[in-house]
Amino acid sequence: MHLRIAHLYPRVMNVYGDRGNILCLTHRCRARSIDVEVTELGTGDRFDPAAHELIFIGGAQDREQRRIAEDLRSVKGEAVREAIESGVVALAVCGGYQLFGRFYRESSGAQLDGLGIFDLWTEHPGQNEPRLIGNIVAEVPPAPEEGWPGGTLAGFENHGGRTYLGEGAKPLARVRSGFGNNGKDGWEGARHRNAFGSYIHGSLLPKNPSFADHLIALALRRTHGDDVRLAPIDDRIENAAHDAALRLTGSRR
Amino acid sequence: MNPSAPLRTGPRTLAALAAGRLAGAASRVSRRGGGTAVAGLVAQRIDPHLAQRLAAQLGRGCAVVTGTNGKTTTARMLAAIAAEAGVPALANPSGSNLMRGVASALLAATGALGRVRDGPDRLGIFEIDEATLPEAAGALRPRVIIFTNLFRDQLDRYGEVDTVARLWQRTVAELDANTTLVLNADDPAVASLAEAGRARVLTFGIDDVRVADESAPGGEHASDYRFCLACGEELAYAAAFFGHIGHWRCQSCGRARPEPDVRATCVELVGEGPTRLKIATPQGELAFALPLAGLYNVENALAAAAGALALGLPSSATEPALAAFRAAFGRQERFQLDGRSVMVLLGKNPTGMNQVLRTIAAAHAPESGGLHLLLFLNDGIADGRDISWIWDADYELIAGRTASAVISGTRAEELALRLKYAGFAIEPELVRDAQPALDAALARTPVGQMLYIVPTYTAMLEIRELLARRGQRPHFWEEA
Repeated sequence: MHLRIAHLYPRVMNVYGDRGNILCLTHRCRARSIDVEVTELGTGDRFDPAAHELIFIGGAQDREQRRIAEDLRSVKGEAVREAIESGVVALAVCGGYQLFGRFYRESSGAQLDGLGIFDLWTEHPGQNEPRLIGNIVAEVPPAPEEGWPGGTLAGFENHGGRTYLGEGAKPLARVRSGFGNNGKDGWEGARHRNAFGSYIHGSLLPKNPSFADHLIALALRRTHGDDVRLAPIDDRIENAAHDAALRLTGSRR
Repeated sequence: MNPSAPLRTGPRTLAALAAGRLAGAASRVSRRGGGTAVAGLVAQRIDPHLAQRLAAQLGRGCAVVTGTNGKTTTARMLAAIAAEAGVPALANPSGSNLMRGVASALLAATGALGRVRDGPDRLGIFEIDEATLPEAAGALRPRVIIFTNLFRDQLDRYGEVDTVARLWQRTVAELDANTTLVLNADDPAVASLAEAGRARVLTFGIDDVRVADESAPGGEHASDYRFCLACGEELAYAAAFFGHIGHWRCQSCGRARPEPDVRATCVELVGEGPTRLKIATPQGELAFALPLAGLYNVENALAAAAGALALGLPSSATEPALAAFRAAFGRQERFQLDGRSVMVLLGKNPTGMNQVLRTIAAAHAPESGGLHLLLFLNDGIADGRDISWIWDADYELIAGRTASAVISGTRAEELALRLKYAGFAIEPELVRDAQPALDAALARTPVGQMLYIVPTYTAMLEIRELLARRGQRPHFWEEA
């Protein structure tokens, strides 16, 4: 089997260890003899919607985010939207998650338009409001039709913006401990078709191996059919890291 | 900060001095934190202008060292140069770099009547936390501020690297021409401070491009300032050393690395050191062997040499002081333990960790077998609660060279996972607590070989305490 990953803006959207997500996807595929190809797409590079089964975009500082927002909209936006509407898997973390929403509004009122893949928006309340920083645990509901039992996601969040889901948006998970999207409504992340958005970095996927496998399985089913099942691999170290991250917030699996 | 606060010592100051001393003594007796900052904390509560009042008595003024990495080593090098020049210095102990730590150091040198001993002769040399710089600049009125570099670090505390950059810009904007900024020309985020105010500027940098990293920029994942701070365009590098440190130029607005005043013209990195250096300064050339390894220590030596120049210390003092330099607390400090050599290298953020990993990798001699490692990952407040930075550090550099690894600390499980993904062929042994972890690592290191200990900040304090208990070096609070 073969998995083609597009890593968007790896040199810019890389502040919180999000590279670990790519390392994790690569490792988990290779451990099962699945070929992996990671294509890094930077500013100016076009995105071919037929060339990838999985898209990843990480987070950055506000300044860098402004820098790539324009490129994301005008150079890649249409093709990325098309890919996601056709079922391509995507994971957008933190700043990337915000840019996959409709817009990001700064406290000054200035607005940065996103791709609108998720029906959500983000507001930055200004430098006087505290950032939402800390360990986070959230619960993803089971998706039996996709062959996934759901489970806990554990990691770290650090964001100034508050994200609010519109009527057309489905949350990814329910916050058990931490802030999540906005620290108020109890939701964390969003999902649209096979695109997942989340504030959790740390990195997210390495210590949440079940979720990582879910993304890989969804992506492989596009090219290899619906009966793709991933063989179990040695996850002792992954599970120990997951459990350790849960313990930080007093949570259990 | 209040510039008009009276600099004379009144009853309040004397009460603050007495209370601080008492608190420091109590803390030392109870062995909690060594009492390095407690005394200052208590005293500053009673007299918030205490540090300002006492620092004003230092006849040779103050120098401040700030930046993400290299503060402790640079400040210590500068103190060594001052000592060589016969100038009595007053410094805060390693890592005690908030205002309370500065106050503690001043307090310790002050008599009951509020007079700093030998005050008129002394030079203050203080390492200052990046975010504490505005307060320190106001209170200490430094003659010289040395900026080493700016990297991502403790983002759970600062939010973003840009927050620190903005804080520095604002601080520099308020300085006048009585202050000299000593700036790292190789760091675009630091070099740009030259334009932020009226202060005088002295720059340092590495001219010898033979030590540049072939794969960089982009070779390292932790590169924080790839874009021009003025116009936002991507910077081009004629030579990149590590992170975003190198010979940079903005192809859009033309801003570029300034020609440094103090520059390393010849750098010969040799394994665990010493590093042979030639440094050109406006007062002539220095040539010596620096007893530390790694390019980051070359930058520290340049920062100290430039700082000494800015302070008017005689250049004849720099060469012997740096040639005889003894590593600071946990920064390539060496010990002998149970017949093994032990080196402690602090690694607390991705850029610093990459330099440590490169230094260890370079020290690896295949004929003596693989490396022996003891790695810690703690997520205490002083470490940063967010440990995701380990995913940006390039542990791959040592993956194939390691013979044994013990991992420890509050987040050891995450570190184990990072090492697995880095391609470590051996499975590290996880030992939660520092004491048994040290024992396990020593047991795995053959007699006569080197054990590399790489702790985060709070783990370094633990290790230091353990080594001190085994008769190695004095407790850090007993050092100047």
